[in-house]
Amino acid sequence: MEKIKVLIGKPGLDGHDRGAKVVARALRDAGFEVVYTGLHQTPEQIVATAIQEDVDVIGVSSLAGAHMYLFPRIIELLREQGADDIPVFGGGIIPEEDVAELKKAGIKAIFTPGTPVQETVDWIKENVKPG
Amino acid sequence: MSCETDRQQLGARQQAWEELYARATARHPERLPQFTTVSDEPIKNLYTPLDLQDFDYLRELNYPGEYPFTRGVQPTMYRGRLWTMRQFAGLGSAEDTNARFHYLLEHGETGLSTAFDMPTLMGYDSDSAMARGEIGRCGVAIDTLADMEVLFDRIPLDQVTTSMTINPPAAILLAMYIAVAEKQGVGRDRIGGTIQNDMLKEFIAQKTFMLPPEPSIRIIVDTVEFCTKEVPRWNTISISGYHIREAGSTAVQELAFTLADGIGYVQACIDRGLDVDDFAPRLSFFFNAHLDFFEEIAKYRAARRIWARVMKERFGARNPRSWLLRFHTQTAGCSLTAQQPYNNVVRTAFQALSAVLGGTQSLHTNSLDEVLALPTEHAVTIALRTQQIIGEEIGVTNTIDPLAGSYFVESLTNRMEKLAMDYINKIDDMGGILKAIEVGFPQQEIADAAYTYQKQVDEGEKVVVGVNKYVMEESLPIELLKIDPAVEKRQLQRLQRIKDERDSAKVEACLQAIEDAARNNKNLMPPLLEAVKAYVTLQEICDTWRRVFGRYSDPGMF
Repeated sequence: MEKIKVLIGKPGLDGHDRGAKVVARALRDAGFEVVYTGLHQTPEQIVATAIQEDVDVIGVSSLAGAHMYLFPRIIELLREQGADDIPVFGGGIIPEEDVAELKKAGIKAIFTPGTPVQETVDWIKENVKPG
Repeated sequence: MSCETDRQQLGARQQAWEELYARATARHPERLPQFTTVSDEPIKNLYTPLDLQDFDYLRELNYPGEYPFTRGVQPTMYRGRLWTMRQFAGLGSAEDTNARFHYLLEHGETGLSTAFDMPTLMGYDSDSAMARGEIGRCGVAIDTLADMEVLFDRIPLDQVTTSMTINPPAAILLAMYIAVAEKQGVGRDRIGGTIQNDMLKEFIAQKTFMLPPEPSIRIIVDTVEFCTKEVPRWNTISISGYHIREAGSTAVQELAFTLADGIGYVQACIDRGLDVDDFAPRLSFFFNAHLDFFEEIAKYRAARRIWARVMKERFGARNPRSWLLRFHTQTAGCSLTAQQPYNNVVRTAFQALSAVLGGTQSLHTNSLDEVLALPTEHAVTIALRTQQIIGEEIGVTNTIDPLAGSYFVESLTNRMEKLAMDYINKIDDMGGILKAIEVGFPQQEIADAAYTYQKQVDEGEKVVVGVNKYVMEESLPIELLKIDPAVEKRQLQRLQRIKDERDSAKVEACLQAIEDAARNNKNLMPPLLEAVKAYVTLQEICDTWRRVFGRYSDPGMF
């Protein structure tokens, strides 16, 4: 069976990459193919990488309060480029009330601090099909 | 009776006790298969004098304020003066943060600590495309001297010391601070404070980087050289383990990589031609106070002893002030949980207590809501009160280094020293910390430790109350601080106004002078001071640097 390909992205200027890297590694260990963008990516760069790498799902992480701009902007760009079949999930320091709004904007799931990595693995298995 | 006979007798008694223990655990097994610290260091069931053989009080501990300072850097410690209670603050606009500063000072805080927003930290102005969505979000936005004038409005800079958590553009913020003080009529020889100015740990852990390592270090040495001559009360580098630990390192890694960074800076300054005793007394440190209580206390005590020996024996420093490891502590943000957030008050209190028992000079206690957002005034007040309770209610400050002589604490201190020195020697063998960073050694060690810990938490091997044990269905609403979206608009307006009003020919000349100093290895501080006074923006200066020195970007390994 073809492997699910995941892009883990760090949008914006935030340097907190512990969570993104731990998740990237856990997803690789769980058998997914993982591409990590590295830090300080613009939403434009993340979407370009996702399309170029032909990924099945995008995970983005933000811990510096800019998620309300950065996450929806990624959805918007995917839509503009006809790639909105790629689901996007997010993680980081994200207050409860923002979670609802982000979901409305099209983010499929949000994993906040304290989430076992397995939960993210299971979510991907249930919601993403390899393309 | 000789010591040797004593020890033999004790050895026999201990063997008997071990047998007793084994019989007891055969009937009722121990609670856990193994007992380890949060950093996965094994801990024995009991520590006795047998763990401290050849322990020499004067060599290992000595008296407070005496080499190697294991018991503290001052002879009087908290009987003379408590640590500086310094709450990290920065939110929204310079006006908002100035109001928070006044609030904290009115409620007994004794020093200021400034958090900047991400664009400022990364060398971008608020009107940059890179700043979209990030202005004032996790700290205060500073574009020009005009913002700094507002930030320190009605704060007497000859009486209050200020810490500024800033790295790639640290030299620029220092120049702005000097300029604001001078406008208040306070000379640069009278101001006190700290810039973080520690780029090595940025490459290792926090990842707020801009220029490649070598020019980054060169600018840091420029600030050290300048301050040594002109700003004698300024702490030039806050050599930081905090972020290394937050990135997931163990306690030993935090200790080792921080001191290895310190060694790197001292060597770079000596290579510039500075006398170690001229600049070393103004270096300071910044550690994390994590969950494992005794491991943290041992870490601070070992840090002082290692640094004193390194400075005296390796670098030949003769001034006793050069031997001192003075440090700020912040409780571990990464240990806080979004679940059952009031538990964070308790975690923070224990962490703060470990920092005090470890002899910290300055302390920030996290607020219970910092895992969710910037702290509200209510939450930050509880955090500050936690320090005041430790300092003035519970009696731990009555005597100096109260845990000295504990078989456990001294053994742990010795062990942390040994393990940290193993890392430091390994880094020396690699050719120093810059080389180690180039090959990704500390980065990989930390990523491995972070991953191991996460797996242990996921498997329930390490307990996180409210997360993997004692979990509750809850929706406990806590009030969170919101940054007013209008902040962004006002900030952009102020920046535009400054750009319209300033003398643009002067701006050009200042940037040219900075470029000239950058290219010709002249100290950057004098032209930076001229530039900030002419309202040259932070990004205009950083863009000049990026053009001259190039950029550093994340290799993206995981």
